[in-house]
Amino acid sequence: MSPDSGAGRIPGIDDGTNAPGVSTTQIARDTPLDPTTYAELEEIAARYPQARSGLLPMLHLVQSVEGRVTARGIEACAAILGISSAEASGVATFYTMYKRRPVGDYHVGVCTNTLCAIMGGDLVFERLKDHLDIGNDETTDDGKVTLEHLECNAACDYAPVMMVNWEFMDNMTPESATQLVDDLRGGVEVHSTRGPRLCTWREAERVLAGFPDDLADEGPSAGPASLVGLNIARDQGWAAPSVDEAEEGAQEADAAEGSTTADKAEGSHEAERDEADAEVDRSEAEAKHKDNPDNTGGDDK
Amino acid sequence: MTDVLTPVLTDNWGTERSWTLAAYEDQGGYAGLRKALELAPVDVVEVVKASNLRGRGGAGFPTGMKWGFIPQDNPNPKYLVVNADESEPGTCKDIPLMMASPHTLVEGVIISSYAIRANTAFIYVRGEVLHVVRRLQRAVQEAYLAGHLGKDIHGSGYDLDLIVHVGAGAYICGEETALLDSLEGRRGQPRLRPPFPAVAGLYASPTVINNVESIASVPSILDRGAEWFSAMGTEKSKGFGIFSLSGHVTNPGQFEAPLGITLRKLIELAGGMRDGHELKFWTPGGSSTPILTAEHLDIPLDFEGVASVGSMLGTRALQIFDETTCVVRAVLRWTEFYKHESCGKCTPCREGTWWLAQTLARLEQGNGSEADLDLLLDQCDNILGRSFCALGDGATSPISSSIAHFREEYLAHLTHGGCPFDRTASTIFPKVEAHA
Ligand SMILES: Cc1cc2nc3c(=O)[nH]c(=O)nc-3n(C[C@H](O)[C@H](O)[C@H](O)COP(=O)(O)O)c2cc1C
Ligand code: SF4
Repeated sequence: MSPDSGAGRIPGIDDGTNAPGVSTTQIARDTPLDPTTYAELEEIAARYPQARSGLLPMLHLVQSVEGRVTARGIEACAAILGISSAEASGVATFYTMYKRRPVGDYHVGVCTNTLCAIMGGDLVFERLKDHLDIGNDETTDDGKVTLEHLECNAACDYAPVMMVNWEFMDNMTPESATQLVDDLRGGVEVHSTRGPRLCTWREAERVLAGFPDDLADEGPSAGPASLVGLNIARDQGWAAPSVDEAEEGAQEADAAEGSTTADKAEGSHEAERDEADAEVDRSEAEAKHKDNPDNTGGDDK
Repeated sequence: MTDVLTPVLTDNWGTERSWTLAAYEDQGGYAGLRKALELAPVDVVEVVKASNLRGRGGAGFPTGMKWGFIPQDNPNPKYLVVNADESEPGTCKDIPLMMASPHTLVEGVIISSYAIRANTAFIYVRGEVLHVVRRLQRAVQEAYLAGHLGKDIHGSGYDLDLIVHVGAGAYICGEETALLDSLEGRRGQPRLRPPFPAVAGLYASPTVINNVESIASVPSILDRGAEWFSAMGTEKSKGFGIFSLSGHVTNPGQFEAPLGITLRKLIELAGGMRDGHELKFWTPGGSSTPILTAEHLDIPLDFEGVASVGSMLGTRALQIFDETTCVVRAVLRWTEFYKHESCGKCTPCREGTWWLAQTLARLEQGNGSEADLDLLLDQCDNILGRSFCALGDGATSPISSSIAHFREEYLAHLTHGGCPFDRTASTIFPKVEAHA
């Protein structure tokens, strides 16, 4: 599901057949993966009650070793999980983070979903394409930077947002973005705005495969935007009620209704079940699944 | 009266090294777990039911009741799966929570798993947030070492393993049944229901799937009581929630408040709209919830309040746009997102989102005709309620709601022969740079 893959075609379904560059099935199969990697792939599969659950992290590990998803990587996963290569490959092509073309040392993403785009993400992305002289999903000649536009990365209060090797780069401008890629290409040490010094894309993929790198303690607890509400609450002396305050409040409310807390406690199971039933009815109504009236309200998004 | 803001989940985010076990326990962390382990599992379910906690992942389904659906006579293992896929455009609360205080989630996972008698739990976290993954991995490791996870937790005889599972980029994997397929190592495509996950979920076994914030709310409920929790919020929407303000406000950020706060109040707390500008439209809970306007500043932001004006509370992802924003451009971009993320399983969504994007793009370029607006609404009609999962429904929300509120602006693109807005005016860059 890479952005801009074949206009109008089904992400993850058709892009396996019209993939640009090398197809995973055409790569020489004679040199198998090294034994250490193979053993680590097996280790991932063994973490799960059912081995196949390991496939996504296994593919992350393949990327960290191979720089992309390769045919021999797919085959190793398939062999370990006892599934066909076609099945494993079908999974790999479904997810945007798996790349079939080599990725540079730094995967540079620019959010161009609505909020970031409006706030300036579109201009940041255009400027970077110009500056690096590459298009979406392309890599600079020096093999350092792969540029891609991203969907929402859950950091909207820091818009416009960029991600380098999936680390947050918050509150970007066209200027700071060009400076960033120049630094990355020039070997200057760069830190995430909410994380550690940037590692390489392959190193990042290894962490995603479930092999921690010991950098968890780097960076802040939270960025400034995450703390805006908390800081106001502290300044104003606002807080959640204490348990006693909450109880008093409940007693007052009960007194107003002419009942006692004791009554309420006794009747609470019944009352709460009726309430809960009503809740389900409502959730169903909200879910708008006309064709699926049995929806237990899992979704209405 | 409850205070305007009520930090509970966000309360420790400003603490030095808040993500560590030591800092978390210093502030009373894992007290909820100790209280829970003194109760029978079924009584933990009762406490959560009595709190009236409703799911924080969008749909607002009562959490305790969901747990109650797990058939305890089913011989298969039970599973708890935390939905940490946070990818709904505008939604940005779970990620900072897991970054700043992963132990709040881990403690919630242990209590919740105990309640439903699961011995294996998963946190399915989207892959595109490396540092959050690190913090989760570390927190789980610390929790094992402290005896909060593993065998015979604190002498209770209860065993739990917790696996941090990293996704690989696909919005649809936030849909709970697609998430299960993905967690089983497949393409993330929604499953037919019934059977529901409570009966046949992960590995065809009874499974509870809950949002990060839902599960993270559980420790405080166990520690301080159901009555404490339900003392906050409104009649049918109890407790607190994190409200995420982004876009054209002076200070975007996270605000934890009782459900029922208004957008007017939240914008005031965020320092107002950015200087010299006024509110044009906003999403109450992500891009899949119909957009609202300045008319709706005073509705209570709870499940009922937002539904009463034809939208949904969703994930409380309040994306705020001022008058410099072209609503057609905004909606087109969201539509391209849905087209890109459609999993392809069902025709109305797969083909429909493609047609929606085509028609909208034509209008945005000023090439369509007024009849295209009716065509769009007709296309929405053919997707809404006819799609296999809620992604398709969500794709229609921005379109139908924006046509309802801003029909004139669509038409202006036709008379103007393209977009009448200056794209640089909506950016937050100083003018000079935006033009450079
Ligand atoms: C397309 C789509 C994406 C979703 N993404 C998420 C998500 O990222 N996180 C989440 O918690 N729920 C998401 N949901 C809702 C889940 O399916 C599910 O309702 C939720 O995880 C249940 O948790 P709760 O009851 O605690 O709210 C999504 C639903 C749909 C249809
Ligand atoms: S509605 Fe869209 S995302 Fe959902 S099953 Fe159908 S094609 Fe897939």
